[in-house]
Amino acid sequence: MPNTPPADAPASPASTDPAASFTDATASNHALRAFLHGLPGVDAVGLEARAAALGTRSIKTSAKAYAIDLAISMIDLTTLEGADTPGKVGSLGAKAVHPDPTDRETPRTAAVCVYPDMVATAKEAVAGSGVKVASVATAFPAGRAALGVKLADVRDAVDAGADEVDMVIDRGAFLAGNYLKVYEEIRAVKEASGDARLKVIFETGELSTYDNIRRASWLGMIAGADFIKTSTGKVGVNATPANTLLMLQAVRDFRERTGVQVGVKPAGGIRTSKDAVKFLVLVNETAGEDWLDNRWFRFGASSLLNDLLMQRQKLATGRYSGPDYVTVD
Amino acid sequence: MSSKSSTDTARAARLGVLKTYKLYVGGKFPRSESGRVYEVSDAKGNWLANAPQASRKDARDAVVAARKAFGGWAGATAYLRGQILYRIAEMLEGRRDQFAREVAEAEGLSKSKAAAQVDAAIDRWVWYAGWTDKIAQVAGAANPVAGPYFNLSSPEPTGVVAVLAPQESSFLGLVSVLAPVIATGNTAVLVASERAPLPALSLSEVLATSDLPGGVVNVLSGRTAEIAAPLAAHQDVNAIDLTGAEDADLARDLEAAAAENLKRVLRPQPVDLAADPGTHRLTAFLETKTVWHPTGSLGASGSGY
Repeated sequence: MPNTPPADAPASPASTDPAASFTDATASNHALRAFLHGLPGVDAVGLEARAAALGTRSIKTSAKAYAIDLAISMIDLTTLEGADTPGKVGSLGAKAVHPDPTDRETPRTAAVCVYPDMVATAKEAVAGSGVKVASVATAFPAGRAALGVKLADVRDAVDAGADEVDMVIDRGAFLAGNYLKVYEEIRAVKEASGDARLKVIFETGELSTYDNIRRASWLGMIAGADFIKTSTGKVGVNATPANTLLMLQAVRDFRERTGVQVGVKPAGGIRTSKDAVKFLVLVNETAGEDWLDNRWFRFGASSLLNDLLMQRQKLATGRYSGPDYVTVD
Repeated sequence: MSSKSSTDTARAARLGVLKTYKLYVGGKFPRSESGRVYEVSDAKGNWLANAPQASRKDARDAVVAARKAFGGWAGATAYLRGQILYRIAEMLEGRRDQFAREVAEAEGLSKSKAAAQVDAAIDRWVWYAGWTDKIAQVAGAANPVAGPYFNLSSPEPTGVVAVLAPQESSFLGLVSVLAPVIATGNTAVLVASERAPLPALSLSEVLATSDLPGGVVNVLSGRTAEIAAPLAAHQDVNAIDLTGAEDADLARDLEAAAAENLKRVLRPQPVDLAADPGTHRLTAFLETKTVWHPTGSLGASGSGY
């Protein structure tokens, strides 16, 4: 149900380390490269056509109401600006707990997503509500820092109480073919995250090809990601239906092979309810119903919430709502 | 075969190039989201064209476009708005013949009467263009107050205005209700005359090429009652002009829906289009902002502001 906050207990048979099934593949950079390049190539035209076709599904009335509530409950309400103040993070937290103050039936968002130094403020703002606090880390968004700095960044966030850590991979190393470096970095961050769930951001807009996105997805999952996430929201191309569909296929195939369920989080560029519902259709048709839950699927977004709330008000009252009736963030 | 008759055959055989009339939303010309069109006939019942039959979703999109355009248009200087409105009149002048033909067909007027209507409409547009930087002096005031303050009232545009254009006068009536709304800095969602929407749809082609920012005017055609209902109930529309709601029951329902978010409502009323329009329609969609500013001496010298 959309109203439930993210559960703490794992809902799949998946507490084992998936890396155990891939010891051969991760033995050396050469072996890892051979494994990742041995994944089937992506049919780019077919992928985009499939994503576009699924986007034409008509979701109306009660199904739409369900989808809107589900989408609200899946939002990682995000503020990642240099100008973030404690006041802004505090009001973001308040909004995550009560997205629509005029309707207490509105589900809470899944989490708020902030920079590490704002974790404590965010924790306080959502205390007792079940809303999680996610923190970006590892020199977000570029990821250009020494490993020690990245790990310190992660520990900082976790010590401040972050429930979830959003890390970025080293795209430079990935594109240079140094997969083992990326793998070991994710392993190290996973260890430093402790109990916090780890989301691994690939920045798909910088990976150039769909084949690379598929490789990155598998690399991340083998290394122990709890979530794979499209992008930081800081580059030109962010989450698209096609790259999210590709990642959904990856988590589906990964569970089939290892029994481990991994979540997916498209982030950046999803602004309207219509877009969000299209993504939910992708989830249902690709990964399946098991992923239609905020433990396994999230939206990284900020302005999306206001549009969902306006649509929700429209469904409740029959009148089109406007930006005067939601908060300005 | 003589060369003359072969030219005639060629002329007779030429396929007609019919115009596809489209909506005007956010500076673009979309078809109706619903894909519907309806037949538009001239005054004698002959088919003229298919006009798009806008749905409530087109109305919603138009309001979003109008809201987006509002900040820039309201914030533009009155002088610039006047320049742009005058530019629209210039463009209309260049397409006089087209509008005269469309008005003649739509209203069953003779060529000369239709041309006179178009001339009057263009003149009216120029007249409203002149008002953009004068309305503040007429509708605003420096109020005497019992204290050391300047007290200034200044008219401000009210926001997004839904305009139901008159059903009968397809062009002069249209200009008479549209121009005053945008002259003061409002943005408009215009519902064209249901029976005669073609001059309004052609007007949008003029607006699109006259430096008027996209979204300031959005033109919808279709069933007035169907489009007006969601506009009247829309929470992000600030005012509604009910001129085109000829049916008294419809007008009352729309007014009731408009009351939900306290829209300004201009009730339908008989208008003599030939008469001097006055400032009534300019002031109908204005808010008054009053500013207090301290006055008095600037220290020991006794000089003042």
